[in-house]
Order: sequence, then structure tokens, then C-alpha cells
Amino acid sequence: MKPRLIVSRQIPPAVADRIRAEFDCPFPEGQDMDADTVIRMLTETRADALMLTSHLPFRAETIARIPDHVRIAATCSVGTDHIDIAAAKARGLPMSNTPDVLTECTADLTFMLILNACRRATEYAAIMRDGWRHGYGLGEMMGLRAWGKTLGILGLGRIGQAVAQRARGFGMTVLYSGPRRLPVDQEHGATYFADFRAMLPHCDILSLHAPGGAATAGIMNAETFALLPKGAVFVNAARGGLVDEDALIAALQSGHLFAAGLDVFRNEPEYDLRFAALPNVFLTPHMGSGTVETRNAMGFRTLDNIAAVLSGKPPLDPLWT
Amino acid sequence: MPKPVLFVTRKLPAPVEARAARDYDARLNADDTPRSPADILRLSAGADAILCCPAERLDADTIRALPASVKVIATFSVGYDHVDIGAARARGIVVCNTPDVLSVATAELAMLLILTAARRAGEGERMVRAGNWQGWAPTQLMGTQVSGRRLGIFGMGRIGREVARIARAFQMEVHYHDIARLPPELEQGATFHPNDETFLAVCEVLSLNAPGGDATRKWLNAGRIARLPKGAVIANAARGTLVDDAALIAALKSGQVAYAGLDVYDGEPNVNPGYRALENVVLLPHLGSATVETRAAMGHLALDGIDAVLAGRTPSNLVK
Repeated sequence: MKPRLIVSRQIPPAVADRIRAEFDCPFPEGQDMDADTVIRMLTETRADALMLTSHLPFRAETIARIPDHVRIAATCSVGTDHIDIAAAKARGLPMSNTPDVLTECTADLTFMLILNACRRATEYAAIMRDGWRHGYGLGEMMGLRAWGKTLGILGLGRIGQAVAQRARGFGMTVLYSGPRRLPVDQEHGATYFADFRAMLPHCDILSLHAPGGAATAGIMNAETFALLPKGAVFVNAARGGLVDEDALIAALQSGHLFAAGLDVFRNEPEYDLRFAALPNVFLTPHMGSGTVETRNAMGFRTLDNIAAVLSGKPPLDPLWT
Repeated sequence: MPKPVLFVTRKLPAPVEARAARDYDARLNADDTPRSPADILRLSAGADAILCCPAERLDADTIRALPASVKVIATFSVGYDHVDIGAARARGIVVCNTPDVLSVATAELAMLLILTAARRAGEGERMVRAGNWQGWAPTQLMGTQVSGRRLGIFGMGRIGREVARIARAFQMEVHYHDIARLPPELEQGATFHPNDETFLAVCEVLSLNAPGGDATRKWLNAGRIARLPKGAVIANAARGTLVDDAALIAALKSGQVAYAGLDVYDGEPNVNPGYRALENVVLLPHLGSATVETRAAMGHLALDGIDAVLAGRTPSNLVK
């Protein structure tokens, strides 16, 4: 008999194919469910496992209602902001996430944002939509060349390191800051700043790769934006909560920042519509992991975690131990 | 002694114009008015040098009619299709261009096109800007991964080699097709394909970086597109004439080509209207070299060439 699984969100077709093969699941393609529906479905099907995503707030009161026959709740995301991990641990409910598999695609998207921000792609797209029809003078519509710039990275974890690796292809000088310095053999020539503020005046481009949470909330604010050199480029493909968006909008409007590239926002999807009126910002809808390859890999890793626990082993990517 | 006279056909970046005005009796173009051949002949009267742009045609007739005072023409571009080199040589006029300095800016634009097209960011940006975003979803706007893929570069000149360098930092496997194989120190591990059949078959991502002209006109046609792996990504930051637009539009509709990013167009600034109806294409208005740093470097290199010729030296950027 196949183990019983509930999937609380629509998932890619290739992942659904594997669920059909390996699990007994009423909706192998996933179905968008709220917490009440999830609890009801888990109970009615006597499910062994739950696959969720970041759309489902997994708070203490929801975790308390998960039936005892559910042996693992696995989130198909690297982020865990939506999960009360302490409550899951107190309940003894094994949980897992999907680190690593989205590193490369998120780093690719980060560089896409850097290039689009530096090269004024939003304005160029507007030119094309308006029909173009005339050439531009050699001193007009000039962007910034990314090549050879100094890139500051906040948070040289897996994604930050993948961004630093790409930066070397553009001949960039890489600076980084974070809670601790990496071993020299993992730095690949990047320069560490223990003090984030001390790094900022040296950054032509600043890219955030820190986790969310209280320690980093609003780390980019009026004071820290002001520490960047005039004409700097700012990119965030990490967490919207890292940024005071009033301060960011002011810096973009004043020209203190040349441009920004944003994949994440403080309030998603009800992001601040003042960004939409700015020509010097490139906006994408939280799609750092948005490739077929990566979304499939995330789904497969989630199923690998579920399969491990259902066969009596610990999860591969446990959220608590 | 009076300064030599320099006629500058178009408006140039401010630091370049400042240098021109410092070192020359410079005839600038503050309004950036397009210059006809008649304008060029009139404004060249008594000039020692001309700094022109690709928008002006310095054909054989125009060059033959230039005043005898003109000793050097420097074009603010790599390409010099618009200058009749033979006619200039026949008159003893030296021609300079601006090679090298725009390679990295153009290469990074090619990578921008590859990433933006493959990651469906045009669609994403339009959705967010219009306020139509309903929130993150596991199956929303799934594009294709760029890092680690096989990249084919058609035309492994200076710009193509810069694209290869960037691609290696994305762990891409680099293949190339050109008229001749490069020496190993320039190849940097890229795989050479002497014929385009084997080349096209490996191009999960194809970057066009070849020169224009008759030899490459409509190189990317229906037959070659059909040899690409299904779902390929194509970027063109080189010359619009390399592409058969009707064939590419058909392939973007059928899915044979999944995504394309284009900075250049056959017949630009007119763009085949078929592109404008497609979601899976990123369109930019031929601004491959349009960075502050690059345009200043191009202008300074053009002036370096003029300085050298008027001082009796051989310029480093001489068109041979």
C-alpha cells in the first residue's frame, strides 16, 4: 500500500507524476488549501504526510491540530518564515525544507536583477512598447557598466557565494559582510567586513543574501542607504523584510541610488505600488527559484524528505533536531 | 598657433566633448541634429579631422568631395560599414575606429538578454508593474535555468570571448562556431565546431556575436533553427541582419525556441511587428554599448586616434 499524502498547493507536473507513482494522494497536482481544509483533508484521508509551501501559515494553533497519523510536514521552500519551528518541535512533528536546490537559480536571478538595474532595462522596455522609431544619441540613455564594479554582498551563505562566483565573470571586486568570516579557501578573494556599515561606502552595487527575521529586519534603512556612494545600484532577491521601503523609494527618487532590482517586497503580493511609478527599478514577482528545473528539484527534494521519514529515517533537511 | 579644427557629427558624452573643446577648435552638435552628406561637406570645410558615428554615411562620393584639409576620420563605433575605407585610402585620409572598449558592455548585455528571456522576467516585470500579481505560487512563471547549460556562441571574436568568460562564471559549457579555430589561450576550454550542424545541436542557449554583412545575412534561418534542441534560448546583441525574423517569430510561437532576447533588428528602428505580440521575447532598443563608462571610453579612443594622426604618429586604432 502506498503512503497517503496531502499536497496543499499546486505543484509542477513532473512532481505530480512522481506523487502518482509513489503516493496515494487525492490531488497529485496539488490544490490550493487553507489551514482548515488541510486539517480536514489530512484527517479524512488518514494521511501519513503533508507537503506544504510558504502560502500556508504553519503556526502553533495549526500545528496543534495536525492529526497524530501525520508523520512529517515538509515545506517545498527554502524559507521557513511561515513555520513556527519551536511549536513543531514541542509537538514532535518532523519538518523539512529544501535548501541548496535553489541556490544556482536564485544566484542567476540576482545577476539578472543587477544587469537589468545597471543597464536601465525598465526604461528600455518602455521605449520598445512605445514603438521606438528613432535612434538615441551616443550620450543618451546610458546605463552603468556592471563589468569591473565593486559588489558588496550581505550574507555570504550558499546563495551569496554563488553570486560571488558569477561576479568574477564580470571582473568584479567582491566585498561581503555577515555574522562571521568564511574560511579563506571559501572566500575566493572576497574581502570581509565585520561591520556592515563600514562596507557600504565601498559598494558600487549592493546585493542582499541574508535570512529574514528580527536580526536583519530593516537593515537597509535611510541611514544605511545614505552610506552607499551616490549612484549605487541596490538589489534584493532575499527577503522584503530586510528593507525599509520608504527609505528605498526616497533614495531612488532623489537619485542617490542609480537604480534597484527587486524580487521581494515587504508585503507580498500587496507590494508598495509606488515602486510601479519609478523608471529606475526593475521588478520581478518573487521568482528567484522560478525555473522548471529548480521547482522540480524542490518538489523532488520535498518528496525525498517525506520518503525518508516514512521509511523510519530522519528527514534529510530537518528544521529541528 | 591655432588649434586644429575638429568636426564632430553628433552630440557626444560630456567628458568627450570637454576634451574635444580643450584640445581642438571643435565644431560640436549640441542639438544632436542628424547630418546629411551635404551637411558633412559643409561642416568639414577647413577641418583637420572628423569624428563621425554610424548614423552618417561617408560613402565614396562624400569622401571624394571632402576638403583637402581633412587628414583623419575617426568613427565612434567598432563597425565601419558606413565609411568607404578604399575611397579614404585613395585620398590619403586615415580612418580610426573604437575596437575593444565596448566588448564587455556588449557581452554583459548579451548575458542580460539570456537571463531575462530564460527567466521570463519581461512577463514578471509587466505583471508586477501593472499591479496584477496575485502572490507567489510554485508553478508561476517557471522559466528555464541558465547556469550549467550548454551555451553556443556564433562568432568568437572579442565580444564572443567576453560572453564565454561570463558564461564560465555561470558554470556553462561553452561551444562556438566561427570561420577558424582560436588558439588555446583564447579558446579557454570552449569546444570548436567547424560546421554548424554539430554546433546547433548542442545550443541549449545560443548567443549571436558575429559581424553583419552579406556572409552572415539571415544566418539564423528556419533550417538552422530546426537543428537547435527544442526549447532553446536565443540572444542577439550583435546585428539584426543575422536573423530571419519571420523564422524566429514562427519558432517562438511553436515553442521550438522557448525564449529570445534581442537588442538589434533587421531594419531597425523598425521592428517586425510579430515580435511585439509575443510574451516570450525580450526587446531592447540597440543599446549594447550604452554605458557611461563605455561611451566615454569609445569617445576617448576616437580622440586618441585623431591626436595621433595629427601629431604624425600611427594610431593604435587604425582601420587597416
